[in-house]
Amino acid sequence: MNIAISASGPTLDSEVNPRFGRCEQFIILDPETMHFTVLANTGQSAGGGAGIATAQHILKEGIGAVLTGNCGPNAHQVLSAAGVKVITGVSGNIRDAVEVYKKDGYSPSGQANVGDHFGMGRGRNR
Amino acid sequence: MATSLARSLMDDHRVTLLDCDVEEPNAHLFIKPQITSTEEVAIPVPGVRQDRCNHCGKCSEVCAFNAIAVLADTVITFPELCHGCGACSHLCPRQAISEIPYRIGSLEKGGAGNLEFAMGKLDIGRAMATPVVRKVKQQSDGSGITLIDASPGTSCPVIEAVNGSDFCLLVTEPTPFGLNDLALAVEAVRRLGIPCGVVINRAGKSDAALEQYCLRENIPVLLKIPLDLKIACLYSEGITLADGLPEWKIRFKQLAERIMELAGERSCNTQR
Repeated sequence: MNIAISASGPTLDSEVNPRFGRCEQFIILDPETMHFTVLANTGQSAGGGAGIATAQHILKEGIGAVLTGNCGPNAHQVLSAAGVKVITGVSGNIRDAVEVYKKDGYSPSGQANVGDHFGMGRGRNR
Repeated sequence: MATSLARSLMDDHRVTLLDCDVEEPNAHLFIKPQITSTEEVAIPVPGVRQDRCNHCGKCSEVCAFNAIAVLADTVITFPELCHGCGACSHLCPRQAISEIPYRIGSLEKGGAGNLEFAMGKLDIGRAMATPVVRKVKQQSDGSGITLIDASPGTSCPVIEAVNGSDFCLLVTEPTPFGLNDLALAVEAVRRLGIPCGVVINRAGKSDAALEQYCLRENIPVLLKIPLDLKIACLYSEGITLADGLPEWKIRFKQLAERIMELAGERSCNTQR
């Protein structure tokens, strides 16, 4: 099943983006074939609820897991309700992260690892 | 400012004071009103009947604040993000969404002598101040003089508080921050078509930049309240300037007269 990775660039050699909702793009990848597509994140520019918008956007790709740096409570709730495994704390090269994922090296996080508005940058929440 | 004006004007006028600074209302500390009623302020948020929903996603598409997520077999709502616009329930093709009241704050009403008083309180942890402001503003019947204490800045709750006023008194301070925020506020009230004037609070030696700005923009500086320990002490004890120093009551009455001339009507609004 496909997985979504928040990406800082459009290739597998890009870094995993630490932000989920405000991330510019996702790499939607089949871990078995390593075939992937790049999905621009339309939820990124939402005035509010970017995590929710982003979660709905990537769910249309039929994914089973998300690899990202940080995920807030609302996005986590939407992804979990859809039965998607949310793996946070992922960083570094995307290809490496996928290899770790394939070897079951990550455990899904049962809850959000950051609070609301994390991806908006400190002090810019209002 | 608003409380001093209220205390000065209530001698000769029917005055209603509305504290619309709902995130941190403080007028009651100075007016000490007797609160006679408290009611809940709620906004309508979507309640989804999952059995009627076919997950078409229309509600989620129209929500400007992403307060509804539609998944393949369920719908999740986020009431804390909802602005209560009603678009989702209105547009649902299967009438699966009803509106449920969601408490965001409270309205307290009362009076002090012949002063009518109302204040809004946004509940702790809630972000949606504007509907509370709207509710407080409904407490004025438009007769006599209505004074509205708005929060600082130019955000949505301020616009809601100021909109529809006959005059807006902009209270600022002689600092770079004060000037920056004043310029933004002037832009906002001009767009709303409301005449305005400036009060310089903590006035002193560094008023020049502020006064130059007002001159350039043709905005009258209607009052200066000096940086004065005596005034600060009164404030800290919850005593309005009009009550604590009688000579100021005369100045506030004169200020109100100027405002009524400038507004051309007997109604005004103050903003902190």
